[in-house]
Amino acid sequence: MSAAAESAGLAIEARGLTKRYGDVLALDALDLAVPTGSVFGFLGPNGAGKTTTLRLLTGLGRPTAGTAVVAGIEVGRGGTDLARRIGYLDQDPRFYGWMSGRELLTFVGRAYGLAGATLRSRVDEVLETVGLADAAQRRVGGYSGGMRQRLGVGQAVLPRPAVLFLDEPVSALDPEGRRDTLELIGRLRGASTVLMSTHILTDVERICDRVAILDHGRLVAEARMGDLLARNARPILEMDPEPGQDLAVASLAAALRAAAWTRDVRAEHGILRVVVTDAELAAAEALPLVVATGVRLARFERVRPTLEDVFLQLVGADAAGAPGSTEPAP
Amino acid sequence: MTGLRLLLRKEIREQARTMRLLAVVAVFAFLGLLSPVFARYVREIVEAVGGGQFGGLIPEPTAGDAVAQFTKNIGQFGVLIAILVAMGSVAAEKERGTAAFLLSKPIGRGAFVTAKIVAIGTLLAAALGMGGVLCWIYTTILFEPLPALGFAGAVALMWLSLAAFAAVTFLASVVTRSALAAGGIGFGVFVATGILSALPTIGPFMPTSLWGAADAMALGGVPDGLAGPVLASLALILAALGLAWWSFRRQEL
Repeated sequence: MSAAAESAGLAIEARGLTKRYGDVLALDALDLAVPTGSVFGFLGPNGAGKTTTLRLLTGLGRPTAGTAVVAGIEVGRGGTDLARRIGYLDQDPRFYGWMSGRELLTFVGRAYGLAGATLRSRVDEVLETVGLADAAQRRVGGYSGGMRQRLGVGQAVLPRPAVLFLDEPVSALDPEGRRDTLELIGRLRGASTVLMSTHILTDVERICDRVAILDHGRLVAEARMGDLLARNARPILEMDPEPGQDLAVASLAAALRAAAWTRDVRAEHGILRVVVTDAELAAAEALPLVVATGVRLARFERVRPTLEDVFLQLVGADAAGAPGSTEPAP
Repeated sequence: MTGLRLLLRKEIREQARTMRLLAVVAVFAFLGLLSPVFARYVREIVEAVGGGQFGGLIPEPTAGDAVAQFTKNIGQFGVLIAILVAMGSVAAEKERGTAAFLLSKPIGRGAFVTAKIVAIGTLLAAALGMGGVLCWIYTTILFEPLPALGFAGAVALMWLSLAAFAAVTFLASVVTRSALAAGGIGFGVFVATGILSALPTIGPFMPTSLWGAADAMALGGVPDGLAGPVLASLALILAALGLAWWSFRRQEL
């Protein structure tokens, strides 16, 4: 299987990967194929099974059923061979508080067999890259959550692994840290394969080549980013009402929701987003509904669907809170 | 064992940097220093406290009293410290998530467990060694010189008994995810051992029976039936550590 995966140009291949905790099915027969050198986004609402998958693929957990091959090595076999070829960042990275940032990276480098001047220069380089050069001598116990996450990214990329697993790598970072870390991940494209789980869909749109969406332990979609949007995204109408028309806007939302050609109506920062099932009918009937409810619009536009729209469509309304910016319609 | 040297260095540096090494050595040193001093001046203390009424009831102290005091202190406070040292060794790393961080690196689980065991054993040996040296020096100053070889043998027997309780607690630390639970199990085994040691059939094989043997050996004697508790303690240690290794290899982090 490992030779087959490698010859197919896959850095990660999972077949029927299943994990059960007692009665809870955390992961249900996951089949996953991640091409070598890609930056792969792994999406799903809370409890979808993303972290479980990452733990199984890194060998920290044991599957109830199924197999996986990572970097040509069958997970669960071969002792530390798999660890030599991967880097891993936990969603809540925890390190030894008594070590300094530099000591921790040096420790990790030694675990991967680096030594001497090579190790020192690589540690310096990583500290600089993740923006911790000034805090290198400080104890990790005194780091903020964001600094710990930067250090986590640093220790994961330090050995230049063939496959990098990042569980929510930017969740605790400020906007600047997020931008820098995403740029760093993007620069790894081609040199490493990155499997990144996240809730922040705009980040995925920004750097990922391919995306998989997991829901209740099951894979609901997996494709190149563009293909996923083209295949699953439905047309969306955006209506931006003038302020001070709450009652009329609520009536319009109700009328839109009752229309046969709508799939979903949501309010985002005061703007109505209408997911449409039949674009022609919508074009004919949407504006008359606006007129009938007496809502004055500042803008009426057909927009390009985003990954968030596809995500919500595929995982349903339960996940509406997960991506962050969406709120229910009035 | 992949990463064993690296982990051993990390464990020793961790003990030094978190002050655990200093604290444990200081407590054992205090016990080693206090035991002969207390044995020597107990009469004076009792006389001072009791206004001279009870001083005559206490016999003239001897080097044997100093050794017995040291053994008793190690058998109580020493065991509690051994349990404290071992209880969080693995459970706390699992609780904090540092075990997952370490074992996602090219570090074998066998190396992880072995480094912990060696570090605990070395810490107890260093602390007990320090306490033993101080006890021997003060007993020599306050009473009479004790046979160095016999005293060293006695300290080795005490280390074996501490190692037995530490090993059981270590096993609990591996099996559970809570340092407190592991400590509770270790303490429970300590209490149970104290009760079982009163039974004539199995009592002589308990780690606690090593303390009496240590008393005799420190004074230059050759204790009877030493092989039984030594072998039983070694078997207990090996069984606990073997089980810990076997269990940890199968655990999810």
